[in-house]
This record gives sequence, C-alpha cells and structure tokens, in this order.
Amino acid sequence: MQFIKSDINIDFIGKRKIAFILSVLFILISFGSLVAKKGPRYGIDFAGGTLIQVQFQDPVEINPVKSGLAALGMSGSSVQAFGDAGNNEYLIRTDNSMATGQDFTNRFKSALADAAGGPVEIRRVEMVGPQVGKDLREKALFAMFYALLFITFYISGRFEKKWMVSGVVAILLFVAVYVVSLFDASIPVLMVAALLVTIVLFWFLELKYAMGAILALVHDVTITVGIFSLFDKEFTLPIIAALLTIIGYSLNDTIIVFDRIRENLRRHHKNPMDLIINRSVNETLSRTILTSLTTLAVLVSLFVLGGGIIHDFAFAMIVGALIGTYSSVFVASPILLIWQKKAQS
Amino acid sequence: MKNISWRLFVILAVIVTAVIYVLPTFKPGILHGKQINLGLDLQGGMHLVLEVDTDKAVEGRIERLVHEIRDLLKKERVRYRTLERVSGTNITVKILGQKNINEFRLLLDKEFPDIRIENENATAETLEMVLNLPDKEADLIKKSATDQALETIRNRIDQFGVSEPDIRRQGERRILIQLPGISDTQRAKDLIGKTALLEFKLVDETGDIAAALEGNVPRGSEILYLVREDRETNRVTKTPMLIKKRAELTGASLTDARVQIDSQYNDPYVGIKFDKKGGRIFAQVTGRNIQKRLAIVLDNKVHSAPVIQDKISGGEARITGSFTTEEASDLALVLRAGALPAPVTILEERTVGPSLGADSIRTGLISMLVGGILVVLFMIVYYKGAGLIADIALVLNILLIAGCLAAFQATLTLPGIAGIILTIGMAVDANVLIFERIREELSLGKTPWAAVDAGFERATWTILDANVTTGIAALVLFQFGTGPVKGFAITLFCGVLASLFTALVVSRAIFNYFLIGRKIRSLSI
Repeated sequence: MQFIKSDINIDFIGKRKIAFILSVLFILISFGSLVAKKGPRYGIDFAGGTLIQVQFQDPVEINPVKSGLAALGMSGSSVQAFGDAGNNEYLIRTDNSMATGQDFTNRFKSALADAAGGPVEIRRVEMVGPQVGKDLREKALFAMFYALLFITFYISGRFEKKWMVSGVVAILLFVAVYVVSLFDASIPVLMVAALLVTIVLFWFLELKYAMGAILALVHDVTITVGIFSLFDKEFTLPIIAALLTIIGYSLNDTIIVFDRIRENLRRHHKNPMDLIINRSVNETLSRTILTSLTTLAVLVSLFVLGGGIIHDFAFAMIVGALIGTYSSVFVASPILLIWQKKAQS
Repeated sequence: MKNISWRLFVILAVIVTAVIYVLPTFKPGILHGKQINLGLDLQGGMHLVLEVDTDKAVEGRIERLVHEIRDLLKKERVRYRTLERVSGTNITVKILGQKNINEFRLLLDKEFPDIRIENENATAETLEMVLNLPDKEADLIKKSATDQALETIRNRIDQFGVSEPDIRRQGERRILIQLPGISDTQRAKDLIGKTALLEFKLVDETGDIAAALEGNVPRGSEILYLVREDRETNRVTKTPMLIKKRAELTGASLTDARVQIDSQYNDPYVGIKFDKKGGRIFAQVTGRNIQKRLAIVLDNKVHSAPVIQDKISGGEARITGSFTTEEASDLALVLRAGALPAPVTILEERTVGPSLGADSIRTGLISMLVGGILVVLFMIVYYKGAGLIADIALVLNILLIAGCLAAFQATLTLPGIAGIILTIGMAVDANVLIFERIREELSLGKTPWAAVDAGFERATWTILDANVTTGIAALVLFQFGTGPVKGFAITLFCGVLASLFTALVVSRAIFNYFLIGRKIRSLSI
C-alpha cells in the first residue's frame, strides 16, 4: 500500500509565499488572542491558587454546589463540570491559595454534602502558593529556552560542521542568561530578549539550519499557545511538558527533511537550492505523513479515552503535532533559501 | 552468519535484562527486584511543600537570650530599666546608674561574648544599647532550623506510620514531603504542620484581665486565649487569660508522651514524662506556686490552666482536656517527636484520592491499548510483512521502556503514561524511515538485500539525529522539571533509547534473518 507515489513532485517551495502569509496570519491571531485576554490563562501551577476536584454520589446541578461553596465563604470560586457527564464530578477553583489545614476538609465536605443533599468525595486537591507559582513559571521558561539552545547547537554542528561557532554562541548565551537572571530581572522579558538575540546571532553567523529549526519551533510554540488561549484553556505543568514534546516532535520532522536536503546537496550540488529543497521535501513526504498519522492516532485515542486530567495535554499535543508537521515543510525548509537570495544579490 | 548470531546475542541479553527488571512489577517479591514506582497522581497520596519561617527561629533564640540575661542580672542584683526584644531580632537595653552600668558591661563581656553590640549610647549615668546576633550566627540558626524541622517532621511521619515517605530539603528553607497512599490527608497535614511548642507558664494572678484587654498589659505578661470546642453544640469559646511571658518549662524537657485513659471517667489524656532536670524544675515550680494556676500552652494557645494542688515531684504530669482518642494520640505523637524550631507554612499541596489514581491508571491503559492496536493494524496494512517486523519492534519497545523505568527507579506518572503512548506513535517513525528508504532503493532496481542494506545505512544517521534532539529535550526537562514533569522526561528518554535499539538493531536482525537465513527473494514491504 502506498499513499504517496514515489515520483510525486508537489511544488511546496513555490507556494512558500502563501504559506508565509498563512503562518503570519496565525501568529497574529495568536498574539491578538493573547493580548485581548491579557496574557495566557495560567492554571494554579503558575498563578497560584487552589483546585479541588469533587465527586458527588448522586447527580447534582451546578447551582447547589455554588451555594454550598458560598456557605463556606468561597463564593468567589469558579465551578465547572469535569470529565464525563455521568461521573458527577466538578472542578472548583479559587485564585487565592488558601490554608487547607485546620479542619478544612471536614468543613468543606459537610458544607457541600448539605448543599447537594448527598455524600461527596474529595478526589484531588491542589494548592499552590503564589511564590511557588512564580518559581515554576520561571523554571518552565528556562527549560524551554535551554532546550532550544542545546538543540540548535547540535543542529549547527551536525548539519554545517559548525560545532565551534555554535558551541561558543550557546555557551555565551547560556552564561549571559544565567548572569542576567541573577539580577532580579523579569524572566519572561529576559527570555524573549534572549530569543531575539539568538535569532539575530544565527542570522549573522549564517547558522542556516539552526535558524530554520528555531524559527519553526518558535512558530509552532507560539501558535499552539495562541490556540490554547483562543480555546480558553489553562496552562499547567503538564502543558509545558506537552510544549516541550512538541518541540522535540517538530524538530524530529524538521531534521529528517534537513537530512535529506544535506544528502541531496552532496549528490546534486549543481542544482539550484530551491529545487533541491523541494525535491527533499517530496522525497520525505510519505514518511512525514505516515508518522503524523500514527502519532495522531495515539494522540486522538488519548484525547478521547484518556480521561479529564489528560484531556488538555492530549489537545496541546494534537495541535502541536499538526503544526509541527506543517512547519517542517513550509517554515523550516524555505528559510534555508534566505541566504541564497542574499548571496545572489 | 556470524554477524547474525552476534546481534542475536545482544538482543536476547537486552530482552532478558528488561524482563528481569519488569517482572517484579507484575509479581511482587519475585527476583527481589523493585517495582516500578507509581507517582502520587496514580496511586493516590499527598505532596506537600513547606516553608520554614526561619526568621522566627532567630527571634526565638533572641527571646531566650533576653530571659537568660534577665535571670543573670537578677541573680547578680544589677538593676535595669528596660531589657526586651524589639523589632524582630534586636534587644534594647537601658541601664541607669554608674555602678549598674559597669557591672552590666562586665557581665556582658564575660557571659555573652557572642552577642554583637549593634550600637551604644552612653552618658555618665545612662547606658542605652542595642544588641543582636552576628550575621553568621543568625545564618547558622536559620540553616539548622530547616534541618531540625526536617528531622522533626521525618520523626513525626515515621511515628504516624506511612510506608515509603519521601521527605527532603528543597533549597534553603523548603521541605518537600511525599506521602504515597495516604488517605486521611487532613490528619497528616495537621500532624506535620503543627509547631507543637509546649510551654508551661504561670498564670498572672495579680494582673487585671479587663484592663489588659484594653491595652494595659502588665509588664512580663501577655494575653493568651483558652480555646474550647464543645463537641455537642459545635460552639467554640475563646477565653482570654493573662499569662506570664516567661516559660518555666518547655516541651524540650520531655522524654516521653503517651496516651492514657482515665480510669474514672474513661477520658483519654496525654501522660508526659520529664527528663531529670525538667522533673526537678517542675517540682520546684509546683512547690512554690501551690493554689496558683499553671497554664499549659501549646503553640501560644492555652490548652488548660489547672490549679496546682500540691508539689509534683515524680517528674510526670498529665495533659487533660476534652480530647478524642485520636486527638490525644496525635498530640502525644507530636510531643514525642519534638517541636518544630520555627513555624511552617504550606506552600504547595497536591492530594490525589486513591480512587482517582486508579481511574487514571485504567483510562491510561485503555487509551494506550487502543492507540497501540490502531498503530499495529495500520503498519500491517501499509507495509504488510515489514509492518509485522515494525510491530514486533513496537511491542519490544514498550517492554524496554518498562524495564528502563524500573532500572532507573523512575516514577511513573500520568504525564509519563502519556509519554509512553506518544512514544508508541513515534517509535514506528524510525521503522517508517527505514522502510521508506528501502522502498526508494527497491524502486531504483536494487536487489532486496542491497535495498535493505542501503535503506538501513542511509536511515541510521537520520534516526540518530532525530532521536538525539528529542533526547536533549528530555534531558533539559529532567533538569528543570519538578514532580510529574520529571517523570515524563525519564519516560521520554527511555523511549528514545528503546526506539533507537529496536529500530536499528532488532528490525535489522529480523530482516537479516529472512534475507540471509531463509534466503527470501522478494520483500513484503
């Protein structure tokens, strides 16, 4: 069986302008949503707060739950149904990280049971203090940035034999970011600045493959974050894990195309670059589509069957897998052409 | 042929090792191996991060110093105007009169050489001083406060009886506690979080409580509340009492605390035993204050204030009150384990009930099974015979990941299960790369043997590059992640190792077996 004929030749590179407009549009929508909603919606992991998952024995409407909470002085909390409808589960969230000590559990249980008219079980409590939330948020940003840095170092070394240059750049950036972070700088601002500096450096040092990969990754993560914001989903620690996996997955795709480009460059070095890139994308197209399909198959099964807690994680992964596949064909590869244009003119 | 047998040996060795590591998880006790740890989100339990208020430990030390100096001055008959702790960790002293000043200076140099004189304002007849502790000393107290708190909490949890608790220090002032499988989380939290500072203080019988409540508190005394909860009516009453600031004895002098049942009323109480010195002091204090009240103060709340009927010299006492047996035994437990050197606050709490954990395992396994079957079927339909090879590699992959998790003693969390499911999807990628390459080579007119050889050779570097980058992401995640994210990182890393091995070694061996061993002429791919 074969979906893609081996002699397929779609003009991907010729359509790169359309793809470019599409990508910019998506990124603008992402930023628009983030600005309109005043930043990403942080879950309690990052914002601090308390999350309680309760399960009632009998079906309960949302209003009695709310009135029970009001009796506890927790009327400011948000309540939403959670998981499958038959489970009678609710997720209660407050923004303040309240003291859950001192008899809290018992009072909470009896107040909710009174309001709902049936026994209630507390299935999960998560309380994160504001300071911890800030720490976790910063750690997550550091993790993303360092992952990018090390990966681009490896790419430059492997694909362009620029181990030295990229190594020095990576170490300098690493040290610079570390030193600046000691001075109580705003970490998100620092990260964005570091990312911009990295891209500019790559541009001037002509670390083409690293540049293509990093822009594709920024593209993927930005759009995934944007879609999360559009759908009003929350950022939690597992979602950060999902974003990092998306980075890994999208890179996987990008590197396989890059590998083919490098190989074809050696074999047909007289052909123009755009032809080589297009040929490489086509040659790997079959694999790209197959792997996306198998990955999506398991992700969808996780999304549908994995239960409430893993739901958003699977959603992020599905979005990321789709965008990652798109970006390795339409974003990462065409970027290699920029330098060629520069050299011609 | 030689090549094949060498590969076969490696493959068998890896499989056997993986099986040895995985077996104990399914049959506990077998081979004396350890099971794969389940994260708190899967088996249920509690995760706490506490912060020790170490500044309070320094304040406590200063407070004790103030009492020591006062006692000494009293003994040496040196009169002072003021001597008290102000604004956190400073002591202010005011002394009048030439003779007093000289004697005070002498005593200070002789008995308290470690105290730093922050500033001094002296005239002929008055001396004003601000004393505190050198920074080094204060830092040391802070540091040891966290260590002590850790030790005390470990002690309490051990006595409470939780299997395999994980208690460790996190940074300067934080303590991470993981209690797997615990169900009464409220009780555990109360046990851990209670400072349990037990003090015996005399009631100020001469002071006027009404005047004190209006802000006119006599020197050396303070207002503490006696809190009573009536179990029948659910009413809580708070009675203010005027208590002397000075603690005659503290919980530090205890050697034991046990729950006992009053034979007359059948009420539980906590019987405590003092060490030798403590017993002597207790006898002195009770002997000197007969018919006065001695307040038993726990964490700055008056627990009870019985009237001293007689001198108590046996070195034993009892704390009574309207306890349930559980409350009494918890109090005895925290008294035995000792007081925390400083109060702690809960910064982070994650509690998962056991039923939710079981649900998560179930849904995780189901989606893993469904996703896996989808992929297996897809590969067979698309690649036929070769697809079967990829499927064998896939099943082996899962076995290897499980073995890898057990070998690293990693903790399997819910995101970790998601990581495995994802690896299933991506594990076939390596095989897809190889197969596509082989198909390409075949369409160029190569023989099956040459096509397989070229396919593997060309795909190897691509597979390595792709997996190394994912591996880098996993390592960074591991370094910076916490809790569940760390578990996910290990799973991902194991997945990378396993898929490299299965694709490059196992699939190759199977192809070779058919091509060389069975001399197959056409490929089913």
